[in-house]
Amino acid sequence: MSVNNTITSYKQLEERSKITNLLLRWFLYFILILFAFYFIFPLYVMIVTSFKTMEEIRQGTLLTWPSQLNFESWAVAWGGRGYGAGDTFLRPYFWNSIKMVVPAVIFSTFIGAMTGYVLTKWRFKGDRWIFLFLLFGCFIPFQAILLPMARTLGVLGISNSILGLVVVHSIYGIPFTTLFFRNYYVSIPDELIKAARIDGAGFFKIFFKILLPISAPIIVVTVIWQFTQIWNDFLFGATFSFGKAAPIQVALNNMVLSSTSVKEYNVDMASSIIAGFPTLIVYVLAGKYFIRGLTSGAVKG
Amino acid sequence: MFKWLEKNLPKIVLAPSVGLISWFVYGFILWTLYISFTNSKILPKYELWGVGQYVKLWGLRKWHIAVDNLLIFTVLFLAICIVIGVVLAIFLDQKIRAEGVLRTIYLYPMALSFIVTGTAWKWILNPTLGIQKLFIDMGFENFTFDWLVNREMAIYTIVIAGVWQSSGFVMALFLAGLRSIDDEIVKAAKIDGAGLFTVYWKILIPMMRPVFFTSFVILVHISIKSYDLIVALTQGGPGISTTMPALFMTQTAFHKSQVGLSAASAMMMFMAVAAVIIPYLYSELRRENVS
Amino acid sequence: MIALKIQDLSKNFGSTEVLKKINVEVEEGNFLVLLGPSGCGKSTLLNIIAGLETIDEGEVFIDDYNVSKVEPKDRNIAMVFQSYALYPSMNVKENITFGLKQSKTPKDKIEEQLKKISSFLKVNELLNRKPSQLSGGQRQRVAIGRALVREPRIFLFDEPLSNLDAKLRVEMRREIKILHQKLKTTVVYVTHDQTEAMSLGTKIAIMNHGVIQQSDTPKNIYNKPQNVFVADFIGSPPMNLTEGKLTKEGNNFYFVPNDANETNKIPLKNYDFVKPINENNKEVLFGIRPEHIFHKKTNENDFEVKMKSELNEYIGHEQIVTFNYFNQEILGKFSSTIEMGTNKEVSLHFDLTQVSLFDKNTSQRI
Repeated sequence: MSVNNTITSYKQLEERSKITNLLLRWFLYFILILFAFYFIFPLYVMIVTSFKTMEEIRQGTLLTWPSQLNFESWAVAWGGRGYGAGDTFLRPYFWNSIKMVVPAVIFSTFIGAMTGYVLTKWRFKGDRWIFLFLLFGCFIPFQAILLPMARTLGVLGISNSILGLVVVHSIYGIPFTTLFFRNYYVSIPDELIKAARIDGAGFFKIFFKILLPISAPIIVVTVIWQFTQIWNDFLFGATFSFGKAAPIQVALNNMVLSSTSVKEYNVDMASSIIAGFPTLIVYVLAGKYFIRGLTSGAVKG
Repeated sequence: MFKWLEKNLPKIVLAPSVGLISWFVYGFILWTLYISFTNSKILPKYELWGVGQYVKLWGLRKWHIAVDNLLIFTVLFLAICIVIGVVLAIFLDQKIRAEGVLRTIYLYPMALSFIVTGTAWKWILNPTLGIQKLFIDMGFENFTFDWLVNREMAIYTIVIAGVWQSSGFVMALFLAGLRSIDDEIVKAAKIDGAGLFTVYWKILIPMMRPVFFTSFVILVHISIKSYDLIVALTQGGPGISTTMPALFMTQTAFHKSQVGLSAASAMMMFMAVAAVIIPYLYSELRRENVS
Repeated sequence: MIALKIQDLSKNFGSTEVLKKINVEVEEGNFLVLLGPSGCGKSTLLNIIAGLETIDEGEVFIDDYNVSKVEPKDRNIAMVFQSYALYPSMNVKENITFGLKQSKTPKDKIEEQLKKISSFLKVNELLNRKPSQLSGGQRQRVAIGRALVREPRIFLFDEPLSNLDAKLRVEMRREIKILHQKLKTTVVYVTHDQTEAMSLGTKIAIMNHGVIQQSDTPKNIYNKPQNVFVADFIGSPPMNLTEGKLTKEGNNFYFVPNDANETNKIPLKNYDFVKPINENNKEVLFGIRPEHIFHKKTNENDFEVKMKSELNEYIGHEQIVTFNYFNQEILGKFSSTIEMGTNKEVSLHFDLTQVSLFDKNTSQRI
């Protein structure tokens, strides 16, 4: 095939390929925007519904804009109506979740960091197996440990308490945090550690003075991951607590399912947004770390 | 004494995590396994009963419905998430202007809990005021969308919500995979005369085999564990038409006080996950060893 | 005939001028090497020839046809990449025949070509293997095979040897040279390694900062560098450049190094000036290659100097000695059988037929 015979039809080829390229581009953007609508749609509906009155909801459709921004359902979702007993609102459970998440994230992240450190920089025979041993914990369906854990918490006297949930989340976070830190530390040159040892630094000094300062990226990824997982958890919350000590997702579910009187969809939506807000904000602000956590953890593990 | 301490410090530091995981993961699973071979009802009994619970389990209509639902859900969830994920990844790989914004939009559902997702979709799919009303008010007078309360169709609402939550994740994996390919390969293909479609179909997508594998494993894993979404969206209903193994397990343990039966169902779930994960881990390790 | 012609080619990446009005011509069957340090624009130029990059100004002609706006697949070119870019999910046979399949070549012709190429490159036993199962040298041969099988007019190579270890590099370099001799195809080859360039090319275009510094045969580039950059880039160690003045006495010219006096001036009797020089005491750089400094007089034009040796680097078959020449460094390359010593005053001979003079301010050859 040579260049010769196409010289006159070049102009036509150029023109034709320009048009097809343009059409393809338009098609591309069309599909992408279509999907964007599919993903945004529920969020839009949630927000819009939360600002309507029940009258407006019954009159309009999912998409109709509220006639004015009615904050009543937000107030009810957060602080309740003041009826006394039987009235569930989110505020105390929001703080329950905070009290649960913070210690659990700190504990599991710290343990994960130390474990990852040992497994990569202080190798010994069989350390590969230990890593696998721990990694397995990422994959188990938690149904397989619900029963014994419920009993154990009861025996320890911390069932139906925030402390109990902290313990549970801390422990089951270890496999994930170890995975993140181990994969990160594996790519840090061993020479750094060797140089430090020659300089006389010991086990803990190397960790705190050398590794930790350069661990900022993975700490962010791990903290964001753990925060999201624990804040969004429902299974442990629903199984190991009820009533006053419940975390926010459990409270949300209870609120939505309670069929006492008339269904208040606007309050439901406001509550959902409140419950989803922290992780959503973290995602919007630090999204790329979130994604990094997802993809690196998944691809490597 | 101090020398011994120093030499073994790494292992000592490792001990808490290994100890905790041994007890709370492996130990607990073994306990559950043991209990599944007993006739425990409200409280655990420790005398072995053989495989009675498993026989009972597989004789229950509810369990069969749960397993069927799991299969339907898993197949659809997997297929649709992967198709959407791959398509979006390929499209986004085309040097799109608002790529960052679009990626954020596709992925944000993953930041939400399944309860929030379930609650939102429950409202959207509300039989009278949700999608149905939307279309009727738009002019499609005879439009019905009552899947949520329809025994046959309710399971598909869970698919819709699940896909909404997770396909962004698959997209992120594939996009990362596509981006990690050396662009000299694309150049070589261009010189070889391959059009855009051929480049993706014959060259790039086959190179994504590991990502397919990873997505598959992760999605199946999410699917088997499905609990929160179902509780929020359908509570396993209408009736028991959308019940799933995870729901079954919790209900039998805490509402029906059938601890042994629940343990058996938990072990079935465990085995299902192990059947997918263990081959995956094995092949990943072999690859790491080779390279 | 002229197989490739590049005319007034310019290319910008954003506000950076990567190629500045490049002009090159390659005759059919020639092996042109684009040589230069990283960032000089050589890879960009190659990509433009291939059609993988767009042109901002200028034209590219292949066999007299203006291909500036033509797709890579229609330009009758083939390319071998630095990473070889073999398709990982296909085996060797599929890799080699992929391009032919894309251009809808009939099956029997594909088979014929495949047979021809795989026996020529001795990859017959590898046909069913995947790229991950091949060694570096084997991958290169398959990459070359993929290019050869389409019988292109021009072969493009983008630093194909850079990823190989030193020993393999030398072996594969010879294979490429043998290939070129057998097939007599037109080649454009990019590298930053001057030894590779000198040994492979029939013509070398040395580039720096998007401009061709000199485009000539390896011999001329080595013996008559047109500017300081070329003199310094070619040769290992590179050409010595000594600062000093060019004095004129009637029609005779002399080089006087800085810090030296009249008695040490070097006569430049038969130096071939680019243009006649009229000024006296022009500031110049005196260039002589280490290998043109001898420790015994070899011909009558040799000029004797006495220098003190300061450092001696033994390389095996050679030694590189650093001398102090009026407080400037001069390196000499000698056979290691000669006793040179260190911190000794040695008598040496410059081969004056091999010197180059450069204007100190413009860096150009004079």
